[in-house]
Amino acid sequence: MEVVMPQMGESIFEGTITKWLKKPGDKIDRDEPLFEISTDKVDAEIPSPAAGVLKEVKVNEGQTVPVQTVVAVIEVDGAGAQAASPAPAKPQAAQQPPVAAQPPAAGQRKPEPAKPATIPAPPIPAASKAPAPPAAAASTEKIRSSPLVKRMAREHNIDLSQVPGTGAGGRVSKNDILQAIEGGGAEGAEAGEAPSAPIPFRAPAAPPPPPPPATGGAAMAALETAVPREKMYFGHYEVQPMSVMRQRIAEHMVLSKRVSPHVYSVDEVDVTGIAAVRAKNKEKFEQTAGTKLTFMPFFVRAAVEGLRAYPTVNASVDGTNVVLHKECNIGIAVALDWGLIVPVVKNAEEKNFLGIARTINDLAERARAKKLKPDEVAESTFSITNPGVFGGLFGLPVINQPNVAILGVGAIEKRPVVIDDAIAIRSMVYLTLSYDHRVVDGAAAHQFMGKVKHTLENWTEAIL
Amino acid sequence: MAAITMLEGIRQALFEEMDRDPAVVTLGEDIGVYGGAFKVSEGLLARFGPERVIDTPISETAIVGAACGMSYLGLRPVAEMQFIDFIACCFNQVTNFVAKSHYRWGAPVPMVLRGPSGGGVHGGPFHSANPEMYFVHTPGLKVIYPSTVYDAKGLLKSAIRDNNPVLFFEHKFLYRRVKEEIPAGDFTVPIGKAAVRREGRDMTILSYAAMAHTALEAAERLAKEGIDAEVIDLRTLLPLDRETILSSLKKTNKLLIVHEDTRTGGIAGEIAAIVCEGAFEDLDGPIMRVTAPDTPVPYSPPLEERFLPNAEKVVAAARELAKY
Repeated sequence: MEVVMPQMGESIFEGTITKWLKKPGDKIDRDEPLFEISTDKVDAEIPSPAAGVLKEVKVNEGQTVPVQTVVAVIEVDGAGAQAASPAPAKPQAAQQPPVAAQPPAAGQRKPEPAKPATIPAPPIPAASKAPAPPAAAASTEKIRSSPLVKRMAREHNIDLSQVPGTGAGGRVSKNDILQAIEGGGAEGAEAGEAPSAPIPFRAPAAPPPPPPPATGGAAMAALETAVPREKMYFGHYEVQPMSVMRQRIAEHMVLSKRVSPHVYSVDEVDVTGIAAVRAKNKEKFEQTAGTKLTFMPFFVRAAVEGLRAYPTVNASVDGTNVVLHKECNIGIAVALDWGLIVPVVKNAEEKNFLGIARTINDLAERARAKKLKPDEVAESTFSITNPGVFGGLFGLPVINQPNVAILGVGAIEKRPVVIDDAIAIRSMVYLTLSYDHRVVDGAAAHQFMGKVKHTLENWTEAIL
Repeated sequence: MAAITMLEGIRQALFEEMDRDPAVVTLGEDIGVYGGAFKVSEGLLARFGPERVIDTPISETAIVGAACGMSYLGLRPVAEMQFIDFIACCFNQVTNFVAKSHYRWGAPVPMVLRGPSGGGVHGGPFHSANPEMYFVHTPGLKVIYPSTVYDAKGLLKSAIRDNNPVLFFEHKFLYRRVKEEIPAGDFTVPIGKAAVRREGRDMTILSYAAMAHTALEAAERLAKEGIDAEVIDLRTLLPLDRETILSSLKKTNKLLIVHEDTRTGGIAGEIAAIVCEGAFEDLDGPIMRVTAPDTPVPYSPPLEERFLPNAEKVVAAARELAKY
């Protein structure tokens, strides 16, 4: 059965394989994760469409291909009797790139690298292939065999790295080592004398890689360099290719800053009330609702109040038209170890506090587990980011296109505040709004922020 | 000599042993007048009379308790479970009294507990069980589960002559389906010895009871693909024939275990441990198993077919194993 690059949403036309979770020869169950992809919208694990054995991987890690491209072949359970006979097994094994243990492997390299050229706009710079050789070498460090083969190798003084493996996944099987033994101690001795010749991949590490070439390609125009490239490479350095997610974030940020004239306003909000509500209900909430009680749902609820009162903040810009959204779909920036993603709380205006809290926690959890669906990161109408969790007093976020505004929530901390000419200790937070001045003027922005502030400072809604 | 069924082989063993030794008595539900639910004991009553062929009330606990007591008093009872599933009713008698008696009181219990077992006949969850592993886990018992007419007859005779309790499982799918010409006259088959049913080089397929036939069928198909499998019929599950298992593995270096019993806690797990302990450095691939899934035997015929291992499933697993 052929496995294709899935279409992860209507507007997605290509995907990058970031990681194979199975190797050729591995058994796989239906719906077991087979590979990870990265698209314009999400990173996701793709489950196997069938149970069987992964026979062939057609698209290597890091390669980008159009949707519906065949990326792998699975031998479905019970099918393909002829494939199991020993004879054809050999050429199969020889094709598997990770099994570099075979000297001829280099000569049989498949013409994969040519493929991306046929794709209109390859988002992966050719340079990202550079680190591949060390990775391949690392995978051969561990020679796959069996207890029997290891014992035979020990008894016959054979270096297993010199024995071509024809078993599943390039494994050195009993037959392989028997052949090596019969093929004479001669082969073993020879190999002992000149070990470097047949295994070029074990060559000493290359000197520091040369600077990567500029990427070109329309899709990457946003990522042009600000200074001549040669001025970046000096002293000691390490070059890391950007992940697909990182490239998308970079493109998106440059694009947003170029398209939307950002204006920022900052408000200070007294959240002593909701801090008390939270402290008082935290445990009960977790027990009753089964989900954590964080500050975020308070801010989402308050933002929804603001958006309903001032719809121009809940909009998109299409040329000379302003698209006023009827739904309040709130994107929530979730920091990941490997980047950032903005899952969306859909129809937040229809949800009560608990519904919002639950949705946020669920989305954040699944974002970290790479289990988001593409439509869960699409169709936001407004976004919230939370630099405060990392201690930021406040941030001036970049608008998440196609929104026209983004709310930044700073760190909540106790500060001395003047109330009625007395100094009080209150829990305070700085809220920032970055807004697109093409459609949102200062007046609307501040009115919106006023509504948010008022909602937070005069919290009345039951949270359970 | 004409070929006879497994059922007939078992009946012959009962006849011959009762004939040979007046201490041998049989007891069970409907084994006398009716001749047994499967007619295994047909003719016994007429030949040996109601004192030695005892129709019991419907109480498995009573049957086993009575047999245990009989054996204390010098008899050699052969008790029948009408379906082996019902052995669960007398679990306490079997595991606490019959199995421990010799250890605890120095009182051997030379009894046989036999009954029709296994699925494939659309018997549903209460008439298809393979409860052998409860008893393989019970020290003090011997557990036999034959696959051929010769073995059924020879092993039942050995069981009756054994001075300790033996559970004798009879696969009801095989009762009338396997036929064999067997030698006339008295013969026995030793308890605790496996049989190599087919010699091969590439892997060992271990099985027993109905699945021994499935394993053989699979091996013949595999031979056409160039995979030469050795097939071993365990015959006795307790004590296990470690020697035959390990020596075959040392030859073929790969092991596939097939059993009709459910997966978790099946004999395959124990064999895998024996092989890892005794022949780890002879393994050239993972120890694989084809078993029933962890559910009761389904009643619906298509579901039961899906539930039971068959030659196709064995062939598929063997192909995977061959690739290592």
